Amino acid sequence: MNASPKAIVIGASAGALDALSVILPALPASFKLPLMVVVHIPPDKHSILAELFQAKCRITAVEAEDKEPIMGGTAYFAPPDYHLLVETNGTLSLSSEEPVLFSRPSIDVLFESAADAYGPDLTAIVLTGANEDGAKGLACVVEAGGTAIVQNPQDAFASAMPESAIAICPDAQVMSLAAIAAYLQKV
Amino acid sequence: MSAPEKVEDIEIRLLLEALYHQYHYDFRNYAMASVKRRLKQAREQLGFATISALQESVLHNPAMVPRLLGYLTVQVSEMFRDPSYFRAIREKVVPHLRTYPSLKVWVAGCSGGEELYSLVILFREEGLEERTLFYATDINQEALQIAEAGIYNLDRIQLFTENHRKSGGKSSLSDYYTAAYGRASFDKTLRQQVVFSDHSLVTDAVFAEMHLISCRNVMIYFDRPLQDRALGLFRESLARKGFLGLGAKESLRFSQHADAFNDFVREEKIYQRDGR
Ligand SMILES: C[S@@+](CC[C@H](N)C(=O)[O-])C[C@H]1O[C@@H](n2cnc3c(N)ncnc32)[C@H](O)[C@@H]1O
Repeated sequence: MNASPKAIVIGASAGALDALSVILPALPASFKLPLMVVVHIPPDKHSILAELFQAKCRITAVEAEDKEPIMGGTAYFAPPDYHLLVETNGTLSLSSEEPVLFSRPSIDVLFESAADAYGPDLTAIVLTGANEDGAKGLACVVEAGGTAIVQNPQDAFASAMPESAIAICPDAQVMSLAAIAAYLQKV
Repeated sequence: MSAPEKVEDIEIRLLLEALYHQYHYDFRNYAMASVKRRLKQAREQLGFATISALQESVLHNPAMVPRLLGYLTVQVSEMFRDPSYFRAIREKVVPHLRTYPSLKVWVAGCSGGEELYSLVILFREEGLEERTLFYATDINQEALQIAEAGIYNLDRIQLFTENHRKSGGKSSLSDYYTAAYGRASFDKTLRQQVVFSDHSLVTDAVFAEMHLISCRNVMIYFDRPLQDRALGLFRESLARKGFLGLGAKESLRFSQHADAFNDFVREEKIYQRDGR
């Protein structure tokens, strides 16, 4: 486990909006790290996630663009109907590959590529959700030496996603949303 | 991120070199995160212990090439995908195209033909098909064969029909195919104005002057310099005031060729070549 990560990845599904609303607006304007975020959203063309959090947060919130350089202090949201991947050269890529576990964007795809790019310098967080996406990706993060955090299934809106993540990564740190927010403020 | 290169990364790099030197398929400057993911899948599913073992097989057995291409090239597509794009072509681009006596349209990276047939049907509905020559190109031969056959599973037709309607379709999609045995077979007259051919945006050159180029969700798989190469081809290939349509999440914003194009329908990533 690494005390000072270089990037954060977050995955959330059912109940995502409320959960992220606890975590992201709590981050200070001085927050140095990039956050890449996958939320399962319907494949319609337009997502309001980035706008919504831009209005609520002190950090910058944007929808990720293809080949965009990754900047600190910014939350990048995967666009609807595209996977978001992290390249080892510090940029983001989008892909319209097949959905994974019925999801595009997929948390596993983001986590796996970020684990490859950042190795031990990555912290990955699995939040509320009603499926299994994120569990395999979290295992990749752990295998690469990164830090795994999972929302306590007991206070998650939907517990299946945190539960599957914990099942695959028994050593993940299990935290409440408030604890995750506090943790991020200190990284 | 400056750790020593992982063994698997070295193997992947060498496999891509091998593929290029032996077969002239050049994936060396594709966006690597996705290539890696897909090569790992290929290794697992084709039953090799390492990427090096996969490489050996590919080098010595040409029959492996199409199988590997099946993994390396993403084939996801649908007819009238992003209906608002086709609506914009219909409502904003077609009125300009009408002013030409003859037209050339290039669907670059046409995959199994879904995007091509969408445009041919749209052109037929707008009365432009007869004066248009369509070029449908891809590097994946199997995809080109599917495109030429124009046969899709019936379970996809509902989505295609819905998209067609949302794109402002003036007819019923069912006018263009016959259904049998769980498959929809698109009318061969839709292909009479189409040339299918093997062409790579990475290694091949411009082959004709175009009035419209549609290249959707192909360049996201390239790295930035390779995107620039492809856009350079499009720039060279387009007639003055010709149109370029990209995927919903692709743009010219970061490109060295941005100056050669103007936003035409900004939200739909449709650009117009300048008049020079
Ligand atoms: C995701 S599909 C896009 C299909 C269609 N254009 C659409 O948007 O629905 C990407 C296609 O690009 C093709 N492709 C990949 N590299 C290419 C290259 N260098 N030159 C031409 N086509 C390429 C692949 O074989 C695949 O058929």
